[in-house]
Amino acid sequence: MSREFVEGAEALARAAIDAGCRFFAGYPMTPFTEVLDHMAEKLPAAGGVCINAESELEAVGMAWGALATGARAATGSVGQGLSLMQESFSEITRAELPLVVFNMARGQSDYFQSTRGGGHGDYYHIILCPIDIHEAIDHVHLAFDLADHWRNPVQIYGDYLLGHTWESVDLSPRPSAPLPPKHWALDGSLNGTGRARNINSLGMTKGAKGIDPESFWNRLQGKFRRIQSAEARIETEFTEDALYIAAAFGTAAKFVRHVVREMRREGYRIGYVRPITLWPFPADAFKQAARGVREVGVFELNGGQMIEDVRLSLLGDAPAVSIGGISSDTSGFGVGSLLNTARIREILERNYARVAARRAA
Amino acid sequence: MSVIDTTRPPSEPARQKWDTRPKLLIDGDHDLCPGCGEPIALRCMLEVIDEMGLSQSAIGAVGIGCYTALTSLLDTDMVQCLHGRAPSVATGIKRMRPQSLVYTMQGDGDMVNEGLQEIIHSAARGESITCLLLNNGVFGETGGHMTATTVIGQRTKNTLEGRDAAYHGHPISMTDLLTPLGGVGYVARSTVTTARDIQRTRRYFRKAFETQVAGKGLSFVEVLTMCPTGWFLPVQEGPSYLNETMSPVFRIGEFKVDGQIFTPGA
Repeated sequence: MSREFVEGAEALARAAIDAGCRFFAGYPMTPFTEVLDHMAEKLPAAGGVCINAESELEAVGMAWGALATGARAATGSVGQGLSLMQESFSEITRAELPLVVFNMARGQSDYFQSTRGGGHGDYYHIILCPIDIHEAIDHVHLAFDLADHWRNPVQIYGDYLLGHTWESVDLSPRPSAPLPPKHWALDGSLNGTGRARNINSLGMTKGAKGIDPESFWNRLQGKFRRIQSAEARIETEFTEDALYIAAAFGTAAKFVRHVVREMRREGYRIGYVRPITLWPFPADAFKQAARGVREVGVFELNGGQMIEDVRLSLLGDAPAVSIGGISSDTSGFGVGSLLNTARIREILERNYARVAARRAA
Repeated sequence: MSVIDTTRPPSEPARQKWDTRPKLLIDGDHDLCPGCGEPIALRCMLEVIDEMGLSQSAIGAVGIGCYTALTSLLDTDMVQCLHGRAPSVATGIKRMRPQSLVYTMQGDGDMVNEGLQEIIHSAARGESITCLLLNNGVFGETGGHMTATTVIGQRTKNTLEGRDAAYHGHPISMTDLLTPLGGVGYVARSTVTTARDIQRTRRYFRKAFETQVAGKGLSFVEVLTMCPTGWFLPVQEGPSYLNETMSPVFRIGEFKVDGQIFTPGA
């Protein structure tokens, strides 16, 4: 294993190329810009194509076309740019194309956008939410594999911290599993045989008039249920005898985990839970981890979004209380004063003390 | 006057309907209205692809409009795109498969309303794709509403007294927008109202695909198509209405060939 000191955006781009990504299109927007920079610089040398699209609408459309040929393709932006792409995301999902999306979000306020589909219709994307660059590299490889396996878009939910901090990581090439055969990919070979392919989001069948949305949409729901039971991932620490659990996601969880470990060393019966996949949310594992706890504190840097999924997981076993909040510096990129271990320690101590006192009473 | 000899078997066997069916078209029903010009334009394009020996390399990116109903009969690999987005999708296809013949099919609502920036950017980038615009000046699928190519005076569901320039603005000519762009190799406009125009349309498609094969930039063919339903006319009046109201605004001819700009009729 060789380690090198790399910025997150570069690590993401290099991991994507190593994972076989050969098409990328994007539109600059901080903090996604640097991912695009590295793709523009490195992808052509790997035999791929990186297009500096004229808009997010066009970037996602280009990725859509590239995916249709069977290539591994990706796009990305920040929450604002992803808002523009939602119409296509929705259709690409129904067309069952394996898109990978790099969401370098401006903080944590795009949890709903990512986990609730985001566009029109009944659909989900698999959302991988790395805690640091080391995990993000694994997630990039996993994202392309899961996208191909399920024929469903997968999003990496990163942020400013993930893209702009440096870590010592291993980026040496990984042996790649052979790509799954893509019998659906367009190459023109079946043209004129009556069986030419039609990659569509409408449930159209060649030679049949009209569409059959009901059975098509029901089939997709079956796939989403299978993904839910197969792909939920979670990280937990010290939950076995915990009175109180602090839950967090993404880069903010790194701060929370640090504080929880510190408090554990000092004898607090505090645990830590981090959903690694935001969708599917690891509901069963979360409920299991929270068995016997008096309260779950949800530290998220937004108005309270993941807490809804936490409550749906706990199903009343324990109260979930929001202990984070909106926090940003003047850039609006989501790195605010709450992202500070001293402040998190103060918050966790205060809540822990309240729960412990309630127990004693 | 020639007399057909009935004493011997015919020198050629009788021709059946499917003998003349284009190879890339599946024989079946479609949902388009009587008098619609879109199936004629599509057939012209598919015949030309086959004649050029490119049947096995064609991949389409099709937009959303009435013509979407034809895709179940279209026997080339294709992507069903969103309204307006076909040129971007075609870009992704062509960049990953440069050896393929990539075409887009969009209506005026799709290309000129919803997706104007996509066709212009793709053209300026010089994407090696062939873009077909089926222009009938209305949203046929919604029942006859104004588009960005509805001509002045034309009655639609939301211009009941006719399109008024002062209130509804002016129509956009795609050939005017695309011809000056550096990435564009071929620009032409035709129609399908007469047998002569259909032959012209086929000729333009051939030149457009030749432009793509030669890598001379984006090629664009606009076909004015009849929409008697959306124009609120009897079926048989479609062609004459088109010739009298649309053709004077949207001139027929070639505007750019091999990157050289022409003025039709000059």
